[in-house]
Amino acid sequence: MNREPVVLIVGGGPAGLAAAHSLARRGVSNVVVVEREPEAGGIPRFCPHPTFGLTDFFRPMSGPAYAARWRSLVDPGTILSSTTVTSIGSELETMLSGDEGEVLVRPKRLLLATGIRETPRAGRLVSGDRPRNIFTTGALQRVLSEGKGLPFRRPVIVGTELVSFSALLSLRDAGVRAAAMVEPGERIVARRPADLFARAVLGTPIRYHSRVVRINAAADDAGRMASVTIEDAVGRSEEVACDAVIFTGCFTPEASLLGRRPDLRDVGTRGPAVDQFWRLAERGLYAAGNVLRPVETAAWSAREGALAGEAIADDHFGGAPLGERRLQIRADGLVAFSTPSCLTVPGPALGPMRMAVRVKRAAQGRFALSADGAIVWRSGLMRVRPERRIVLDPKFPDLENVGELRIGFEAQA
Amino acid sequence: MSLPASAAPADIAQPAGATTYDVAIIGAGVVGCAIARSLAIRGWKAIVLEKGGDILEGASKGNSALLHTGFDEPAGGMELKLIKTGCATYRRIHGRMNLPLVETGALVVAWDEQQLGKLAGIAAHAQANGVAVSVLDRAGLRRREPMLSDRALGAVDVPEEAIIDPWSAPLAYIRQAMMHGAELLTGAEVTGLSRKRGAWRIETGKGEVAARLVVNAAGLFGDRVELLAGRQPGFTIRPRKGQFVVYDKPAHDLAKAIILRVPTERTKGVLITRTVFGNLLLGPTAEDQEDRIHAACEEAVLRRIMAEGEAMLPALAGQTVTATFAALRPATEHRDYVLKADAKSGWLTVGGIRSTGLSGSLGIGEWAADQGSIILGEARAAPPDDDLDWPRMPPISEVLPRPYRQAGRSPIVCHCEWVTENEVRAALSGPAPAGTLGGLKRRTRIAMGRCQGFGCSGALARLAPHLVEAGKTDAAA
Repeated sequence: MNREPVVLIVGGGPAGLAAAHSLARRGVSNVVVVEREPEAGGIPRFCPHPTFGLTDFFRPMSGPAYAARWRSLVDPGTILSSTTVTSIGSELETMLSGDEGEVLVRPKRLLLATGIRETPRAGRLVSGDRPRNIFTTGALQRVLSEGKGLPFRRPVIVGTELVSFSALLSLRDAGVRAAAMVEPGERIVARRPADLFARAVLGTPIRYHSRVVRINAAADDAGRMASVTIEDAVGRSEEVACDAVIFTGCFTPEASLLGRRPDLRDVGTRGPAVDQFWRLAERGLYAAGNVLRPVETAAWSAREGALAGEAIADDHFGGAPLGERRLQIRADGLVAFSTPSCLTVPGPALGPMRMAVRVKRAAQGRFALSADGAIVWRSGLMRVRPERRIVLDPKFPDLENVGELRIGFEAQA
Repeated sequence: MSLPASAAPADIAQPAGATTYDVAIIGAGVVGCAIARSLAIRGWKAIVLEKGGDILEGASKGNSALLHTGFDEPAGGMELKLIKTGCATYRRIHGRMNLPLVETGALVVAWDEQQLGKLAGIAAHAQANGVAVSVLDRAGLRRREPMLSDRALGAVDVPEEAIIDPWSAPLAYIRQAMMHGAELLTGAEVTGLSRKRGAWRIETGKGEVAARLVVNAAGLFGDRVELLAGRQPGFTIRPRKGQFVVYDKPAHDLAKAIILRVPTERTKGVLITRTVFGNLLLGPTAEDQEDRIHAACEEAVLRRIMAEGEAMLPALAGQTVTATFAALRPATEHRDYVLKADAKSGWLTVGGIRSTGLSGSLGIGEWAADQGSIILGEARAAPPDDDLDWPRMPPISEVLPRPYRQAGRSPIVCHCEWVTENEVRAALSGPAPAGTLGGLKRRTRIAMGRCQGFGCSGALARLAPHLVEAGKTDAAA
């Protein structure tokens, strides 16, 4: 392979493939997409349900069909599959592990499009034993894709995000009915009426105000699951018999390639901190798609990837505004994070995807943007919920002399 | 040496019908594996009886992975003596078996004036134990460990403390034992023991085995095995649970040395150490419990030790937790190892190998082989290293050239730990193949990374369906 690509795209999911597509359309050659799996396409490859494609290809598509569609838009010669990036060093010196073993490549620009992962049991610090059959949705769907059947019959699902219902559907397709879904809040995180669907069609009750606090192995076999302990909001606990736990959602950016560099990470997401041109604080380093935050749709990620591809092409052809400094947008109070999380100034304030934010709790009120402590913009009155996309289009003042930007939320009773 | 054929019941499946082994070792933890190695290389016909589906299914499956010098052990005990032999032996032979050794050194850090006052005594004790140490002042400590909280006031530097691979080492020991004729029988819980005509008849879940000498290395069940043989154990296992937190790779170099605390009356406290797999490990707790099977993690305890870790190493805050685990140590009412040789009955007791089993195991193996040889009637010494067969262990640590780096590698099936398909296939075949999912993880690191199975679960179902028990649902349908 070429050891000095013009653009190295790390990750061949929707964002990475869309970026490659944009770059090709703009006439940037010598682009390499590195994909660790044998086939590009990303997470949709393992989601068999027809929940993809509506907003970008204007028809419902299964995940695998959606992934195939993106693959078909990219010259297969640019995709280096079964290849893993093992480190990104200074000046974008990147170690790849592929057929040739580990090699060093020096791309001029690098787009990090490595997506997200669900938080498994360990990251949630759940108490109890460590028997077999503790999965994430992704792991579950990977097992199912092998077609050998599941090693359990009666799982409990932790979480009620969109992906949680995807897990529920995948289980149904495999002939398995979940014992319960467990949700700490008062309503499901995914849009209604997924809850009604779960109960009425799939026969799975949702336990609200509840947490799985403990995983219990069989008395005579620490490797075999017997039950989980579920605790409700007032501390009452109950054991629910089950032989598996599926920890769903609670996504986290897959940004371990950034190592421990705090200057490259956003404090809210722990993913890369990008400006309005998808750039990190290191020259030539870009990021787009779900690596930026938990979690967006494939179409949204692909659109980000496409725009990042445009930004990289502009940079390549000398059209990108360099700016003088990066101004961090601090997320305050109820606001969990924003994308972008920085602005390069001077320069156009926001790109076509404007500013996407998330909140930590449900509330009603207005977003407020402040510059050096003075509020410079307020949104209209909104009802907001966590884990939902909220797109803002704030009017920025002249940022030339601004030292600090904050985005907060003024809640109303 | 053979017993009459009548001594071998017809239901013996695996071990050859009428064989009477020189020695049967009960328990394939790190200690049992090392004892098997020491006896087998001296030419004794050995069999290891393990009730689990694989080696290291009990106390040995989780520990801090330290090669401990014994600098802080009580003087004059067997534990100190055998740790020193064990360490020296490991240092001599690890290269031949392709086992890693990372010379991290350890620092016993003082966090207040009172602890600072104890450093000189700790150093003197270490020197009396024959371990070279020096005392670092605050500035010296800061230069060595710049990420450590500035509340650290000084430390005893123990340069010979090191970290090793706690799973490949015992696997190497049992494989070398097998190269020298030893057999490993897993799923062979010992259910009865009787001695007749100078040999033990051992009933197991896999049939009956006869041996002239039994070594009880049953770890958490050591006292029960003594009772099963009609012996007075002289010790009671009091399982001591340790909970650990494993941080992801970016945290790996936050500490260079093993960070220990000045021990209090009650506990050594949690330590922080790099692992040879490129993670950072925090733990263990020391919690007494009755249960010998279950080692549960407790969220509140994990959060407490994480806070303790962050107090020592502030940059730990916010680092990704890759795994949490709890393990049991077979502590007893005795401070020292319980090592007893009963020549008349042909029985060796190796009990209460509390928390230094990994460091002491090769020394314990030598002790058992010395004592065992005498009991078996011929004081055989270990042959020179050059005359032995040596297994070459697959390089699964980060300090050895791993397969994913090699040209022509097979596909990577675990993207967190960069495990290739051929490594998984190799671990499923050959001598002492993986017999449990945990055993496969310990041999390859598959599914041990930050995603805990998102990337590799499919590969596991495809390559090791018998271990993940895939298809249970189909069977039910």
